[in-house]
Amino acid sequence: MNAAVVLPIVLPLGAGALSMALGRWPRLRQSIGLGALLATIVVSVQLLLRVADGTVLVSRLGGWEPTVGIVLVVDLFSAIMLVVSSSMLLVVLVYAIGSPRTDVSGAFFQPVYLVLAAGVSACFLTGDLFNLFVAFEITLTASYVLITFGGSRLQVRHGMTYIVISLLASTLFITAVGLTYAAVGTVNMAELAVRLAEIDPGLRMALGVFFLVVFGIKAAIFPLFFWLPDSYPVAASPVTAIFAGLLTKVGVYAIIRTQTLMFSDGEASMLLLVVAGLTMTAGVFGAIAQDDVKRILSFHIISQIGYMIFGLGLFTVVGLAATVFYVVHHIIVKTALFLVGGLIEEGTGTAALSRLGGLLHVRPMLAALFLLPALSLAGIPPFSGFIAKLTLVQAGLAVGSYAIVAVAIFVSALTLFSMVKIWSGVFWGAPEEPPPIADAFEKSRRALPRLMSFSTGLVVAASLAFVFAAAPLWELGETAAAGLIDPSIYIEAVRTP
Amino acid sequence: MTFVLALTVAVLYGTGAYLLLQRNLSRIVIGLGVLGHGANLLLLSAGRAGRAPIIGDGAGTYADPLPQALALTAIVITFGVSAYLLALVYRSWVLSQSDEVEDDVEDRRIAEMATRLAAAQEQAREVETADDDPDAVS
Repeated sequence: MNAAVVLPIVLPLGAGALSMALGRWPRLRQSIGLGALLATIVVSVQLLLRVADGTVLVSRLGGWEPTVGIVLVVDLFSAIMLVVSSSMLLVVLVYAIGSPRTDVSGAFFQPVYLVLAAGVSACFLTGDLFNLFVAFEITLTASYVLITFGGSRLQVRHGMTYIVISLLASTLFITAVGLTYAAVGTVNMAELAVRLAEIDPGLRMALGVFFLVVFGIKAAIFPLFFWLPDSYPVAASPVTAIFAGLLTKVGVYAIIRTQTLMFSDGEASMLLLVVAGLTMTAGVFGAIAQDDVKRILSFHIISQIGYMIFGLGLFTVVGLAATVFYVVHHIIVKTALFLVGGLIEEGTGTAALSRLGGLLHVRPMLAALFLLPALSLAGIPPFSGFIAKLTLVQAGLAVGSYAIVAVAIFVSALTLFSMVKIWSGVFWGAPEEPPPIADAFEKSRRALPRLMSFSTGLVVAASLAFVFAAAPLWELGETAAAGLIDPSIYIEAVRTP
Repeated sequence: MTFVLALTVAVLYGTGAYLLLQRNLSRIVIGLGVLGHGANLLLLSAGRAGRAPIIGDGAGTYADPLPQALALTAIVITFGVSAYLLALVYRSWVLSQSDEVEDDVEDRRIAEMATRLAAAQEQAREVETADDDPDAVS
């Protein structure tokens, strides 16, 4: 039943295996990869339409009794995440194919990339805690390969940090799963939601915080974020873009899923709000201190994660709807910014602010591509970031959490400051005055690869279109949030045969 | 029985965490392996211990098969990732001829700043004492 639910995992995985075998024929390999991701988008949109009214689709693999075997579950929240993530995966694959760097357009990039795509889909679809662990491992193992893809000294050094931290988090994850199983005797999330309500609140709280720590490492929340700005910037541009857009958001998804489904009465609300505030400020202060475009943007990921946790911490329908909205906005805008960062690096050979300048005169189009998502990230009206932040602030004011609202607005201003810093460092300045490195200036006159610019333009256009579709998207977000706050439909759908 | 198991898990976690904090990459890899074993044992002890595995149709008296399945999956994953990690450690050794984790660039910069600051303060103090004590100059 509901065979379509399996497709977002199976399609990229199968295409990954095929493109490994067809490594010698680049055109064929590329069209298989693009075709598989396109098909994934179509399936995801179809799933989204089917669950748009708040119904929940369940697929029981192997036809076991309910809550015994492996279940895949699609509710509105996971469907939204699926659509956004598969769209970004497709666009970034186009970007990678267009890249002149042979490591990311070569034969071995695509299979690993498609495994990553399958893993991300699996994370969103699974309805089972242990399966979530397996899906995380699929995603992470692919990401280990991708982050060290060039095999250079810097990549190995910083990739190592990333891998060891992730493995530690995975071990903690499996520990948490083992403890949960020992406590309630199931790993099915819907069944857990029912049984956890019956156990001692202290034990439940301990398990909840344990899971928060595990997913907090993956999502890079305060104080577990230190690995992110170290490791992300060393990877190849398309890899950094997709990591920045998707991987930490998988962690955020897991936090939202576990906190709302399993620990639904908002016991951890205060803790989450404090963590959110600290994450926002720590991230943005880190960003201000940096001198490299990719490092600045990496620190901003952390600060933005804080906003998402803020919406979750409120534990209201409006707050969660704002979080869903914010996550979608963030994935698109962040991917766009990192793609532009990659183009800057591609065009000039460096991403260090101190070496760049006057790019506005050489590449006005690139400047526009950067400016639009950058303003959106800082929350300037009328861009999507403004709507996302406005809804969060309103949700915060509605329950009277004034302190966190003040922090959010303050951090927003600092975000604008560091975006202006990139803008003035990279794009402003006199073009006739030769930059410190003549070679870099010579390189900056070279034409940018057309496919790369095209796919970047596509993501920026999507972030602009997001503004015009804000009203229906907000309604979707509200329905999704209602399903998260009151998971009775989800639990009902999984538990009844 | 369960106490011994719990003790073993604790020792494995402790050893793993200790090894993970070392500077040698090979020790870190071994540490992760040990930690993984601890986690697998913990999974296994999440089911009730001391019963027979599924044999025949003695329904209700056999051990819980799910933790075993989970542990098996976890072992396979740990195996795969460890293999990749070892390859990476080898790559790191080829590149730098050393097994130690290099210091972070930023950390090194901060450490340099600290020593430079200390040196500057030292110098300033020397100048100050020289000013205070006119006899010392002559």
